Amino acid sequence: MLQELLESVPVISELAAREPQALLEGKRDRGEITLVIAPSRIAPVCRFLKERGFVRLSSITAVDWYPAEPRFEVVYHLHDIEHNQRLRLKCRVHEGESLESVTSVWRGANWYEREVWDLFGIRFNNHPNLRRILLPEDWTDHPLRKDFPVHGGRYDYADQEHP
Amino acid sequence: MSEPGPAQPEAVSEATGRRLVLNMGPQHPSTHGVLRLVLELDGETVVRAEPEIGFLHTGIEKQCETRLYHQVVTLTDRVDYLAPLSNNLCYCLAVEKLLGLEVPPLARWMRVMLTELTRLNSHLVWLGTHALDIGAMSVFLYCFREREDILRIFEMFSGQRMMTSYFRIGGLAVEPPRGWHRAVQNFIQAFPSRLDEYEELLTRNPIWLRRTKGIGYVSLEDLLDLGVTGPMLRAAGLAWDIRKAEPYSDYDKFEFDIPTRTESDVYARYQVRLEEMRQSTRIIRQALEGMPSGPHVADAPGIVLPDREKMKTEMEALIYHFKIVTEGFRVPPGEVYQAVESPRGELAYYVVSDGGNRPWRVYMRTPSFGNLQALPAMVEGGLIADVVAALGSMDFVLGDVDR
Repeated sequence: MLQELLESVPVISELAAREPQALLEGKRDRGEITLVIAPSRIAPVCRFLKERGFVRLSSITAVDWYPAEPRFEVVYHLHDIEHNQRLRLKCRVHEGESLESVTSVWRGANWYEREVWDLFGIRFNNHPNLRRILLPEDWTDHPLRKDFPVHGGRYDYADQEHP
Repeated sequence: MSEPGPAQPEAVSEATGRRLVLNMGPQHPSTHGVLRLVLELDGETVVRAEPEIGFLHTGIEKQCETRLYHQVVTLTDRVDYLAPLSNNLCYCLAVEKLLGLEVPPLARWMRVMLTELTRLNSHLVWLGTHALDIGAMSVFLYCFREREDILRIFEMFSGQRMMTSYFRIGGLAVEPPRGWHRAVQNFIQAFPSRLDEYEELLTRNPIWLRRTKGIGYVSLEDLLDLGVTGPMLRAAGLAWDIRKAEPYSDYDKFEFDIPTRTESDVYARYQVRLEEMRQSTRIIRQALEGMPSGPHVADAPGIVLPDREKMKTEMEALIYHFKIVTEGFRVPPGEVYQAVESPRGELAYYVVSDGGNRPWRVYMRTPSFGNLQALPAMVEGGLIADVVAALGSMDFVLGDVDR
């Protein structure tokens, strides 16, 4: 699958030449290109792709494949407006593992990385302001993890002492 | 006193010598929802602005993982409550792409027509509230008069004014109602003259010009870097519209222009959105003239609910109905990132399937979230009174930001 992409998409073959260790897998499914990138190389890969026309970071999110290992996939959606091409990058990380922030490549990555930290608990190194963004600051869990319950405990008014 | 002129930031700093931190929101009328802005002020100049979001976070993405594929449609309405049909469309297109399902022409055209009406609806709310924020109250009343007509059309189609859920996986929820053609026709005939009315009130109004021209400027490079999409990008000179660039749902069969401006200020965004409304009327008119006939849902038993009448006579239909309602349908494993042009910019749904009957992950790339990041760049260095104008020109919906 990766071989076919290397031959047909020039950007990817250039990326493979520039970052030989970074490109782990690649596939084209339903017309969308996905590349799996080694977690340690994500920032240089993004920097290179931005230089090559992917000026826009559409979004960063994550998928929790619990109980599989490594359980998280951090997904980057890039977009080249001029050539009208979209590209999906993926980094597979274990729980507790952190990634290099891409805020130095696109300033807009700031909130997306904060959201991934907030909802999945994946840390980004060298992020200027890695605080919770959607949940209150004193929240302790990461709700989009698959082992986080959808329903809360049954709330009973009798349990509470009324002042 | 020397002669009056624009306030000198340095002079103010010397005069006061200290900074004031002001909380704007979360309950401020101009934030249209619950957005908290922490502003650091030096006199009347904004030195630093920091948006704090999350007050409307409902965990809707987590909810999506627990629902059957067709049940998620109703959740997507509630993300951006001014453009529910754009969200319906984006989600349905994503799941249809996963399923490899082709939707019949009538459904595709109906989707285009109704999402364009949604765009008008959303832009009308934007124009009315934006003008109200800046002090032009009457515009609000006119805009909501026209919006009412659009909501009546939505009600006619789906039985709902706001949370329509009219698009379903595989087509439309129900057949288009009797008399829809005339209702849309009447509206679209009157609407261009209404737009002229708004323009008469604002476009050359000296107060409006003073409050909007040159305010909230951000360069195109900064906007792209910050991840801004939609009318704001077009007001900075980039003619990029997903309806043209990556046409979906037969948009390539419609003729329309992408309006652009280069000033990238509040006034330019106003002009772009007004022109977009005119283009939307063009699209709706074409849809009315060329609306194809035929079925409103795809022929996909097991995915699309069977016809009510068939259920009374055919065993098969009854079984499919029971199966879809109780256990849904399975979607082949894979992932899809489907983007559409919502009234606010790039709206994208990233749907991941593990092969089951519930989505493994639904991520909503909402335009408001991306756009709001540009707020500090827009207001820092300006006056505090202009924050309201800049906020209005971004046209965000807090439900869309916080999800």
